[in-house]
Amino acid sequence: MNQKTFVGGVHPADSKHDSDTKPIEACPLPEQLIIPLSQHIGAPAEALVKAGDLVFKGQTIAKASAFVSVPIHASTSGQVIAVEPRLHPCGKMLPAIVIEADGEDHWDPSLEGIDPAQWTGDELRQRISDAGIVGMGGATFPTHVKLSPPEDKLIDTLMINGVECEPYLTADHRLMLEQSDKIMDGIDILRRVLGVKHTIVGIESNKPDAIACMAKAGANHGIQVQALEVKYPQGAEKQLIDALLGREVPSAGLPMDIGVVVQNVATAAAVSDAIRLGRPLVERVVTISGPAVAEAKNLRVRIGTPLSFLVQQCGGNKYEVSKIIMGGPMMGQSQLSLDAPAVRGTSGLLLFGEKDLAKIEAGPCIRCGRCVGACPLHLLPATIASYATLGMFDEAEAHSALDCMECGCCTYICPATRPLVQTLRHAKGGILAKRRRS
Amino acid sequence: MDNQLYMSSSPHVHSGETTQDIMRAVIYALLPACVLSIYYFGLEALLVLLLCTAGCLTTEAVCCVLSKRAMTLSDGSAAITGILLALNLPASSPWWLALFGSIIAVTIGKQVFGGLGHNPFNPALVARVVLLISFPVQMTSWTSPTPLGHGLDALTAATPLGEMKTSVMLTGQLPASAHSGFSDYLIGNMAGSIGEVSALAVLLGGLYLLKKKVITWEIPASYLGSVILFGGMFWLIDSQRYPDPLFHLLTGGLLLGAFFMATDMVTTPITRSGMLIFGVGCGVITVLIRLFGGYPEGVSFAILLMNGATPLIDRYTRPKVFGRNPYHNINQTPAQEN
Repeated sequence: MNQKTFVGGVHPADSKHDSDTKPIEACPLPEQLIIPLSQHIGAPAEALVKAGDLVFKGQTIAKASAFVSVPIHASTSGQVIAVEPRLHPCGKMLPAIVIEADGEDHWDPSLEGIDPAQWTGDELRQRISDAGIVGMGGATFPTHVKLSPPEDKLIDTLMINGVECEPYLTADHRLMLEQSDKIMDGIDILRRVLGVKHTIVGIESNKPDAIACMAKAGANHGIQVQALEVKYPQGAEKQLIDALLGREVPSAGLPMDIGVVVQNVATAAAVSDAIRLGRPLVERVVTISGPAVAEAKNLRVRIGTPLSFLVQQCGGNKYEVSKIIMGGPMMGQSQLSLDAPAVRGTSGLLLFGEKDLAKIEAGPCIRCGRCVGACPLHLLPATIASYATLGMFDEAEAHSALDCMECGCCTYICPATRPLVQTLRHAKGGILAKRRRS
Repeated sequence: MDNQLYMSSSPHVHSGETTQDIMRAVIYALLPACVLSIYYFGLEALLVLLLCTAGCLTTEAVCCVLSKRAMTLSDGSAAITGILLALNLPASSPWWLALFGSIIAVTIGKQVFGGLGHNPFNPALVARVVLLISFPVQMTSWTSPTPLGHGLDALTAATPLGEMKTSVMLTGQLPASAHSGFSDYLIGNMAGSIGEVSALAVLLGGLYLLKKKVITWEIPASYLGSVILFGGMFWLIDSQRYPDPLFHLLTGGLLLGAFFMATDMVTTPITRSGMLIFGVGCGVITVLIRLFGGYPEGVSFAILLMNGATPLIDRYTRPKVFGRNPYHNINQTPAQEN
């Protein structure tokens, strides 16, 4: 199989076998749902409900507050019991709408599906925006914004990201196996909105079954499926475009600058639901895995379901948990507690015990150059980190520190186990703070 | 789950390869050369190897105590310095020469700069050159190898490169040995430093390092390649005066240098293109010293000189940052280029 890829990257163990054969299961309804107002990149949504209000599943409970913002919907029917700060997966207490489920799970009767062929691109885009759809690979960038390129940006390719290069995660893999037709339908709608014909689906070659399934489903739609080398971060937007088209997104630019829009497979499926069924984004597939979980699963989870409830559905933990990660192990966020809810960007929930965590002390840089070879953006991570440690932010900026996308390859590969990407984040913060001051 | 949870920013996993793993692999890779040297030079070689390794480890420990820093013996770098220094000495080295060299390597070569990762020059080569300049007699009394069990007393002899230099200086012609004896050079049946005698043993270790991805191909390939090309150029000009490329390749410390000293990560460039420049620089300087310099062998000086150029090479070989290349861009207008 012809496998495409990019220059750089690392090969972490993919650790996907605990969950990649487990069909997606519907997660039961918890008693309470905690739905944060900020689940996307951009301005937080504004709450439209107050404590005591009764809501239907799918009802808009918070409206978009800016162009780069999306509305939020109730993910089950019930009563709003509070609109107050709650623990957010990012670790802060942020405003959230707390809904006590009535157990009926009644859809809002006013929600109706439409036939996309009868509607214009602009109308479809508005529906996608109203449905609260964001990039579901984890970045949670509002989808309607990506579908609104300025008029001077010609888009010639729609790229569909089925790479799922983070270890452990299998949510997209299962979705491609089980709902390839729905994904293809979503892709057709996205193509209609963008007015683009050329579409490539990129999938890492460690999912041959998904590649076969998607290629079969895509054949009727004229959609090309391309196998990609198994390498992290193959699913990063810029690296995916480079691998599939050989085009480099300009530094500080966007894919639309080189004529490409990238959407995740789960986003495409959500678009199909939003248009055909009229259903907003109120649930998503989450992989619950990690060495400490009793049984790894792929669950279809209502947005706002407490993480502790998800762990219960998987039989709890096998042994004492020392680290909880939302997302994948390369870019995911460690969690303060399981009280936080699953949000729109939650692709995975991973549990690790003490023995699964490598505790290593950082030694001196031996200038081996492994970080230089691994950096997908071709930076000099060790050099920038040295400057940042010394507070020399101008030099760090001159070495293109702001181009860092924080994929973590440098820290992963460093034999001296230095916290390189962490120091690069510090450098980026320092450079931006300096800019604001001047 | 009321226990303490670890909070940290991503990534949460590591490749598992540590500095110690790298150092351990280099020590393994040096073992064939060590074993063969003991076979050829007997207990003398073993003694030099033990003295240098113990000397470097002791000096490192003393430095850590004196500078009140955590003990760094376990990182393995001092042991490698010791082994490499021993492999760069004649088997007949007196005990004090080996110990003095070890102290120089670890103190002047490494610890004064702040220890592992901070030294600009290869510590073992710094020590070798200090010894060569300070004690030229002891550093150039070579003995012919006498394989174990042959029961012969060691004979003093010149190294193939030394013989070549003397012959060319006296007669303007290569000695007869420069036209033959390649099978001896290959297995190490020639006079020289402990570790430079067997090309095969060194090559085996070097290939192991490449296979384990501890080192990359750039420096050994460009170093050896440029010696073959540049040395070969002179050979084509006058094959009576200049030796052929194979002679260059198999004699002296070239293979040991190319695989184990020029690939020392701390003192060489971090970029791929920088490594190629470094290797070519080493190759050209080695050939120039061998053919026209005052010393018969130029590997140590070549690597040290290029170590000095490393910061400069790094500065001018920064990789092109992703997204800053000229490329096919259907939306880019000329105004966006700057």
